[in-house]
Amino acid sequence: MLSRRIIPCLDVREGRVVKGVRFRDHVVMGAIEDLALRYRDEGADELVFYDISASPEGRAVDLAWVERVARLLDIPFCVAGGIRSVEQARAVLHAGADKVSVNTPALERPELIAELAEAFGRQCVVVGVDSLREPDGEWRVRAYTGDPGRTRALPRRTLDWLREAQRLGAGEIVLNCMGADGVRGGYDIEQLAAARAVCGVPLVASGGAGKAGHFAAAFRQADVDAALAASVFHSGALCIPALKRALRAQGIEVRDVA
Amino acid sequence: MSLVVVDAGGANLGSVCYALQRLGVEARVSADPVEIRAAPRLVLPGVGAAGPAMARLHSLGLVEVLRAFDRPLLGICLGMQLLFEASEEGDTACLGRLPGRVSALRPAPGLRVPHMGWNRLRRLRDSVLLAGIGEGEWAYFVHGYAAPIGPDCVAACDHGGPFAAVVERGPVMGAQFHPERSAAAGRRLLANFLELGA
Repeated sequence: MLSRRIIPCLDVREGRVVKGVRFRDHVVMGAIEDLALRYRDEGADELVFYDISASPEGRAVDLAWVERVARLLDIPFCVAGGIRSVEQARAVLHAGADKVSVNTPALERPELIAELAEAFGRQCVVVGVDSLREPDGEWRVRAYTGDPGRTRALPRRTLDWLREAQRLGAGEIVLNCMGADGVRGGYDIEQLAAARAVCGVPLVASGGAGKAGHFAAAFRQADVDAALAASVFHSGALCIPALKRALRAQGIEVRDVA
Repeated sequence: MSLVVVDAGGANLGSVCYALQRLGVEARVSADPVEIRAAPRLVLPGVGAAGPAMARLHSLGLVEVLRAFDRPLLGICLGMQLLFEASEEGDTACLGRLPGRVSALRPAPGLRVPHMGWNRLRRLRDSVLLAGIGEGEWAYFVHGYAAPIGPDCVAACDHGGPFAAVVERGPVMGAQFHPERSAAAGRRLLANFLELGA
C-alpha cells in the first residue's frame, strides 16, 4: 500500500535555510546540505526546498544549490520558488530536482501548468496554493506570499483554482493553509477535507503542524497523501522517527525508519 | 567506459548520473548511436510521456540500436515502459524488448493518479537485480502508467491492482520506481546492475 509521506520543507533564502513565523521574521537555520542530509537520515520521505525570495524578487532559482542537493540526496526533492517558464523548470529538473512547484507564476499565467505538464509529464508538476479564509467564509488564494510586503489577495476561490490547476495538468497539489501556518495549532482539517473532495491527484497538507496528532488528523480526517511541515521539525519539537512511530501505532501506513 | 546513460530527453538524467556517481561510477551521457551501440551496458532513464520519448529515440536513430542491444540494459520509470511493445499513453509503439502493453493507472475513490510516493516491493521470484533486496522493501514511485505482471516481472507493486515494479528478461531489465531516489533499495538495485558482466 502506498505510504503517507512526511515532507520537511526547507525555506531557502540567499543559499541558506531560514525559518519564520507566518512567513515573517526569518532566522538562518543552517546550510542546505547539512539539513537535507539530516532529514534524509531521520526518515523524511521527500524534501521541498522553497526559494522564498525568488518569486517576489522576480528571479529564477539558484541552480548551484539544487545541483549540490541532487548529488547528495537519495530521496526525492521538489524545488519551489521563482519558476515561471518551461526553460527555468527544465534547468531545475536537469540540475537534479525531481519535481518543480509553481505558485504565483501559475496564478498569473495558468497556461504555465499545461506547458510544464506537456514538457515534462504531469508527475513533475506540483502546484503550490496559499489559501486563506476571508470574512465572507470563502477560501481564496494569495500570491507573492514569500514577501509579506507584496502578498496579494486574489479574487480566485481556492477550490476553483484547485480544479483548474488539475485540469491544466497539475500532478500534485500542496495546499498551504495560511491561517494555520507557523503557529503549530494543527492543520486546517476543514479546508484540507474540502480540497481533498476536489483533488484526484496527490494532495499535500501544509501549515499548522505542531505535534504527531496533527499529522494523524490530516491523514485520517482529510485523507491527504502527504503532510509538509517546517518549524515543528526545524525547532526539534518533533522528530521524524518519533512521528512515524506514532503514526504507525495508529495504523497509518508510513515508510519504516531505517 | 563501463556505462552509458541514454539521453532520451528525460528530465531525470542528472539524478540518475549522481546516483551512479555515489556508487563510484562516472557514466557517460550520450545520444550517439555509435557510442550507444558499443556500450558495455546501458541505462535508459526517462521522465515524461511515451510518445515524445519514442519520437526522440526515432529522430536520434536509436530505436534499432536499442532493439538490437544484447548487453545489460536497464530502463528506469518511463525507460522501463519503453521496453514493452506499446504504451496506451498516446497509443505509442515502443521498443518491443518485452512482451506486453503499458496501460494507464485508473483513478478510483481513495486511489490517486499519478501513483506518487513510497510503496512496497513484492518479490515474485529471484533475480539478479533484486539480490539483497528484501520482501516488502520501500521504493519511490512517480508514474501514471504501468506495465502488467507478465512472465518477466520479478517484483510487483500494488496501486489499485498489481503492476510490474521490476522486470528482468536476460540482459533486458527495468525498474518502474526510481532507484536514484529510493534510498537503500535503489542503491542496491543499481549496484546489482553495475556488477553484471563486470
